[in-house]
Amino acid sequence: MYDIIIIGAGIIGSFIAHDLSKRKCDVLVIDKEADIANGASMANSAIVHAGYDPKPGTLKAKLNVRGNRMYPGICKELGEPYVRKSAFVVATDDSESRILDKLKAQAEDREIEYRDISGEEARALEPNLSENVIRALEFPTTGIIYPWNIAIALMEEAVLNGVRLKLSEKVEKIDCLSQEKTGVSSSDGPAYLVTTDKGSYESRYVINAAGVNADTIYGMALGHEPDYNITPRRGEYYVLDEMREPVVSRVIYPVPGPAGKGVLVVPTIHNNILLGPNSLPVDDKDANCNTADALSYVKESVKKTVDNIPFDKVIRCFAGLRPSGDRGDFVIEESKTLKGFVNVACIDSPGLASAPAIAEYVVDEVMKDAFAYDKKAEYVHRKPIICMNALTDDEKNRLIKENPDYGEIVCRCCIVSKGEIIDAIRRPAGATTVKGVKKRVGPGLGRCQGGFCEPLVVDILAKELGIDKTEVRYDSKDSVMLMGMTKTVNKKEAVRS
Amino acid sequence: MKRYEIVIVGGGSAGIAAAIAAYNNGCKDILLLEKDAELGGILLQCIHNGFGLHRFGEELAGPAYAEKWKDMLKDTSVDVRLNTTVIHLYNDKTLTYVNPTEGYVTIQAKAIVLALGCRERSRGAIGTPGYRPSGVWTAGTAQKYLNMQGYMVGRRVFILGSGDIGLIMARRMVLEGAEVLGVAEIMPYSNGLPRNMKQCLDDFDIPLYLSHTVTDIRGRDRLNGITVSRVDDSLQPIAGTEMDFNVDTLLMSVGLIPDTALLTEAGITLHPKTKGAVVDEHMMTDIPGIFSCGNGLHVHDLVDFVSMEGEEAGLAAARYVSGELKRSKRYAVSAGEGVNYVLPSYISPASMEDGLDIKLRVKNNARDVRLVLRQGDKPIKEIKKLRVAPSEMEKVKVTRKELADISGDMILSVEE
Repeated sequence: MYDIIIIGAGIIGSFIAHDLSKRKCDVLVIDKEADIANGASMANSAIVHAGYDPKPGTLKAKLNVRGNRMYPGICKELGEPYVRKSAFVVATDDSESRILDKLKAQAEDREIEYRDISGEEARALEPNLSENVIRALEFPTTGIIYPWNIAIALMEEAVLNGVRLKLSEKVEKIDCLSQEKTGVSSSDGPAYLVTTDKGSYESRYVINAAGVNADTIYGMALGHEPDYNITPRRGEYYVLDEMREPVVSRVIYPVPGPAGKGVLVVPTIHNNILLGPNSLPVDDKDANCNTADALSYVKESVKKTVDNIPFDKVIRCFAGLRPSGDRGDFVIEESKTLKGFVNVACIDSPGLASAPAIAEYVVDEVMKDAFAYDKKAEYVHRKPIICMNALTDDEKNRLIKENPDYGEIVCRCCIVSKGEIIDAIRRPAGATTVKGVKKRVGPGLGRCQGGFCEPLVVDILAKELGIDKTEVRYDSKDSVMLMGMTKTVNKKEAVRS
Repeated sequence: MKRYEIVIVGGGSAGIAAAIAAYNNGCKDILLLEKDAELGGILLQCIHNGFGLHRFGEELAGPAYAEKWKDMLKDTSVDVRLNTTVIHLYNDKTLTYVNPTEGYVTIQAKAIVLALGCRERSRGAIGTPGYRPSGVWTAGTAQKYLNMQGYMVGRRVFILGSGDIGLIMARRMVLEGAEVLGVAEIMPYSNGLPRNMKQCLDDFDIPLYLSHTVTDIRGRDRLNGITVSRVDDSLQPIAGTEMDFNVDTLLMSVGLIPDTALLTEAGITLHPKTKGAVVDEHMMTDIPGIFSCGNGLHVHDLVDFVSMEGEEAGLAAARYVSGELKRSKRYAVSAGEGVNYVLPSYISPASMEDGLDIKLRVKNNARDVRLVLRQGDKPIKEIKKLRVAPSEMEKVKVTRKELADISGDMILSVEE
């Protein structure tokens, strides 16, 4: 029996698991995906927003501001990059300028650092900003991160400290074991039985951090419709190739509208640029596909704020689904009818920016009395990741002397060595798929999109996991890559047998 | 810091040829760096025949063609490092490479020849809508799995783009027992060589859909279907023309792009059309002593031409090192009406080799045209062509004598 089962290994589930791994309790994390952070945490704008725009009085406002302040310290602790990139919210006419007035007042209220500057001043700092821009608010505390790598780092540390992680397991049924079906266990026994396609697990508490599927999961436990509903909002993006001088050096936001923050131009940690997202409600919770209409909408929208975007540098398009709920705010509360069942749901924007504060709020406020597990005396931090690109040539050469794999370049777009890929596979909560390797260390993220390095990555995965190359998956168990051997080889096999 | 006379980056067809040419022209201090475990580059996965007709007068398979060059290289004392990736290139002609035995090493050269090859444009780069399942590969990646590793990437295949690698892979997949349901090409004409259209598609009854493109990709895990639509004159899909294909594999053959990451770092000017470096008639970039050649400079149709260009660059590098590469007044050559690009971008008539090929690609298929090189209105050279096609590189040979009276920039056009 577990004390707590967390459903969902996205950034929210990972932060909560990490928080709980510091306490004396048994925690199990279950996710239907083949890897940590494969849903909304994988496909988003990768920004830690400053926190000026959520509606006053909402959890979103409170937790975004708090999350933004927590991130730099957490990233430092985990050894993951956090870059305080700064951002402009730009107005192109008087009505948009009035929205900036509102944001400015909210920033004042929330004690968020800002500057109010003219279009000219903004263009002096960002030469590619459109002539249309008449005014900008600068928010210097806006940060950029690699969301999935933070989730992976958190989960790795959680696993090192005793949390169990089960990936590729889909929750199919949740039974409430108490007599009154209230979730309260009669004695010290379990209150919930969570059944997946692979097994059954008992626990005292369930934390539902299932992203777009959180309402479905809650419905399973309730046996009827839950009191919130999630309609995913799809956002589509372009990724531009790494450039020596990216078109912007800050995040550029238009003024926010009813559909959200609008279409952004976002520099990433490795000098790529993200363009997007649009925001379209979709019924299908798996519909993270790209569409021609949305992509052209994104293209047109970014031109309103930024000039000279090199669209010939597009290397990829992707789409993500925001788990948007119908209450206009995050739903972070213990179920009113099922005691010990905690919903951490409807975590759309600014969910990523709020994530550390969400975990803190769940553990230290919402479930304060219930999760009164003592802190562990000893806590194991994860081993720092060896990132060759961040080292001096002397440091690199010391490592290569010890292990020549660090001198064998597999991914030439992002300069990733075989040694770093093997590390990513061998670490706790390590990569088991091509996509998992790509997320952790980068081969496939660059301009060749895996064209050169993917066969090498497949080779390394097969060797490290002790499986045949035909068993290597891109991501899920059904995402088959190689379908078999060629005729010639088959014949040879036949002769041998 | 160790110093070399010439460092060649890339051990494919262009790099090997450059090394041999530089050696045979008097330079004995040459280092050749190759990222893979073997010399030969992309030729090693091209097991079909058709290589070497121009150069050797016979039709060889890719690895056999590479072998001929590797044999010639053995007769030289060129220092070859395998498993060696060049990480940085600077404009003072220093570069940093890494390999498992030496680690990171920074060296300097008197001349550097970049023979970097090209990469394939990916699905992401062309923004094909739909899901992002496994089963969508560039044709070259599938070729590597198939020919180098012996693995089949799929059983029911569709191919987007009529580039040569796509056509070659169509045939290759059929020979290995896969079903190839068709090839879609967004342009109204094929991008592949005529012989590949014939031998890879016609001979195997594989339908070619001109003016069509893939407009949807289905499958959340493995590809399970695509939609192909006709496009209008502005290449936009026409509603109502959708055809669905139930396939597990989509191979992309939608263009090759010179690999130029190193050039950008060194600050070498790139050509807006070829996407490779801007070079003069010696294949020299705008940084004196840095040369570029092969598919890393502009994408070629035939490997024979890649090798020849490597030889030109190797020869020029050797002459640069020995101080024989004189520079004189140079004039720009640019693409006029009907021409997509010309190469080189600059010519110095007084110091060029006698008999220089100006290479060009036309924009459209045409018949009975003339390729005309002019300075202002004055024609300098013209050649008649029965037919020209964007998929076939054309050459206009000019002699020193023909350019003797040049006094201004030149334009090369297709004229009726």
